[in-house]
Amino acid sequence: MLRIMRQIIKVGSITEPLPTADGFEQLGAQLKAKIKQRFQGSLAIRFVDAGSCNGCELEVHAANNAYYDIERFGVSFTASPRFADMLLVTGPVSINMKTALEMTYEAMPAPKLVLALGDCAANCGVFGQDNYAIAGSVADIIPVDAVVHGCPPTPSAIIQGILQVMDSHHHAG
Amino acid sequence: MTELSNTWFAERMGDHGIHSRYLEDHHPAHMPCLEIRRLDWAHAAEEAKRQAMRLVAIWAVEIVEEDASKQLYTYMALAHEEHRHVLLRTPIHHENPEILSISQHFISAYRMERHIQDMFGIQVRNILDARLWIKHEHWPEDAHPLLYDFDGKTPMLSDPERADMDYEYVPCDSESVYEIPVGPVHAGIIEPGHFRFLAVGEKILNMEERLGYVHKGIEKRMQGRTADEGLTLAGRISGDSTVGHSWAFAQACEYAANITLPKRASYLRGILCERERIANHIGDIGAICNDAGFAFMHMQCARLREDMARLHAEIYDHRLLMDNITLGGVAHDLSLKMREKLIQQTRDIAAEIEHLRAIYADTPSIQERVIGAGIVTTDEAKDIGLLGYVGRASGHSPDERIEEAYAPYDDLEVAIPEGKLGGVSTRVWVRFEEIANAARMVIQCLESLPEGDIQTPWNLPETGVSGFAAIESWRGEIVTWVHFGENGIIECYSVRDPSAINWLGLELAVRTVPVPDFPLVNKSFNCSYAGHDL
Ligand code: SF4
Repeated sequence: MLRIMRQIIKVGSITEPLPTADGFEQLGAQLKAKIKQRFQGSLAIRFVDAGSCNGCELEVHAANNAYYDIERFGVSFTASPRFADMLLVTGPVSINMKTALEMTYEAMPAPKLVLALGDCAANCGVFGQDNYAIAGSVADIIPVDAVVHGCPPTPSAIIQGILQVMDSHHHAG
Repeated sequence: MTELSNTWFAERMGDHGIHSRYLEDHHPAHMPCLEIRRLDWAHAAEEAKRQAMRLVAIWAVEIVEEDASKQLYTYMALAHEEHRHVLLRTPIHHENPEILSISQHFISAYRMERHIQDMFGIQVRNILDARLWIKHEHWPEDAHPLLYDFDGKTPMLSDPERADMDYEYVPCDSESVYEIPVGPVHAGIIEPGHFRFLAVGEKILNMEERLGYVHKGIEKRMQGRTADEGLTLAGRISGDSTVGHSWAFAQACEYAANITLPKRASYLRGILCERERIANHIGDIGAICNDAGFAFMHMQCARLREDMARLHAEIYDHRLLMDNITLGGVAHDLSLKMREKLIQQTRDIAAEIEHLRAIYADTPSIQERVIGAGIVTTDEAKDIGLLGYVGRASGHSPDERIEEAYAPYDDLEVAIPEGKLGGVSTRVWVRFEEIANAARMVIQCLESLPEGDIQTPWNLPETGVSGFAAIESWRGEIVTWVHFGENGIIECYSVRDPSAINWLGLELAVRTVPVPDFPLVNKSFNCSYAGHDL
């Protein structure tokens, strides 16, 4: 136990402020306020891999590590769509995942925010729309509020994307 | 480059009256491809089993021959510890497409055989399990996407009449047994797949996997592409193994094109592959501990993995190392300064991991959970032919870095941790050992990096040649086979991720395990869904 404490103290807090160069810090502050106002300080995200290569998942994991610490904005990942405010989808939608994605979306309560994450989710990426096994991009299957490009998108781009959905969403809130 | 061909298995088969013909246009010669008669197919597998070979993969292709006729073939790849890989192929009749199953001899064949049934409509006779696999129930019955004439470019529509059909899971009519369906969408941030548990009280009686949800038609999509385009796609078969898959693909193409890598490039590939191994093992150790409630390790490991990703972004332009392998070389050379940075970080990370390892070993709450959980015995591991760290933890350790000894590993000392107990704790132990070994090899490559080019000019493979490669990725052996048509265009392609075999081990490992331990055991395997489903 002592050693665990010592290690924790030695590493200290490594969580970084968001990069300020792209006006990000401000956006973060704004949206934290928005999450507070619209979702009582906590935004619950349901994650669905609709056919990704798993590269995008690695970066979603990374957004949870101590450097980025996505939870500090009030964002948490939930195990059920029933209490999710936002759906985070990666991958092109494979024909074998189409139904599961639709059902997950159906199961969500309003406002059903959707973020399509990565080049595949955006436009099927290297797997292509002209592919027997691909049903389409995420927007071809369910309504999408924002898209983040990248193969895979970096953790800061992911955080920015989540904040962007909050900002651009026009459904009743 | 003329190489002596490997005639060992041809001779063994000859001893048993199995005639084989050596295919000249297959490369490399030390991993030859032999054509045998269809009626000898299962017999050849039986002989391979007798020679203590393991089944590497089994797949099918439809090739357009010189006279424009189409010909179906099934292939099987086998490996022997000393005598390395051999490929067998046999022609299949178009009118009556069938082949005998070899799953009686090699249990791991049956899912790959189901893949052949689904994708080609070839009937595999005597197969142990004939249910659909990658082809989910809603696909039109006559859809066999890898047949040459199948339209691979139009998204396939479900057959409305089949939309409600269910996969038939192993039933149980005992009243005390209950069923738990899990997935395809899982609770955490993970890939999709379905698990069906039969449980009695707390214990798992049987767990059945239903995969194929992230099938993206990769094998079909490779067709008609240049090797360069294919390489980009190969790097996205399983994102966490992007180096391993790119390397296997590039090497198969390089064999087909008969080009050899400059020594410096092979060292640089070795550095990429071993760094990928370290990063993934670190991430997995953290995730395993997290599933047993030891969040401290998870946070620490995630931090180290992030440090690696950041240096990768700086040096290799990609946090996960995608697109760093080229046909005939690598994309980035390393300056002296970068080498120093990489050496320093690899050293630091290895030291930090040793420190964390001591904490992990001394924490009873985690040890209680991992010791003795999810065991696969040595006999079971050998039967299935388990690969990578999963095999090594159960006393079965094929390793292409030693058996195939491709560059740069012919210059390095590859140490293989050999576990026996085959449980979660042994798989974690193997991963810790592999991190240390990989770090040592990365540093050795960086310190003794040969001078020279990082790229051999690519030249188009001749029409009709094929190449085969086996690379030890972080998860285990990846094999890739590529067949070229005119103008260096890929005509057919097959790949086998280690997960295609290791998923079978997970089903065994979780028998009699309490249901809440499933995530822990599953994480210790960490098979790829994307790499399996293709
Ligand atoms: S965007 Fe790139 S990393 Fe993400 S799923 Fe697609 S291929 Fe993989």
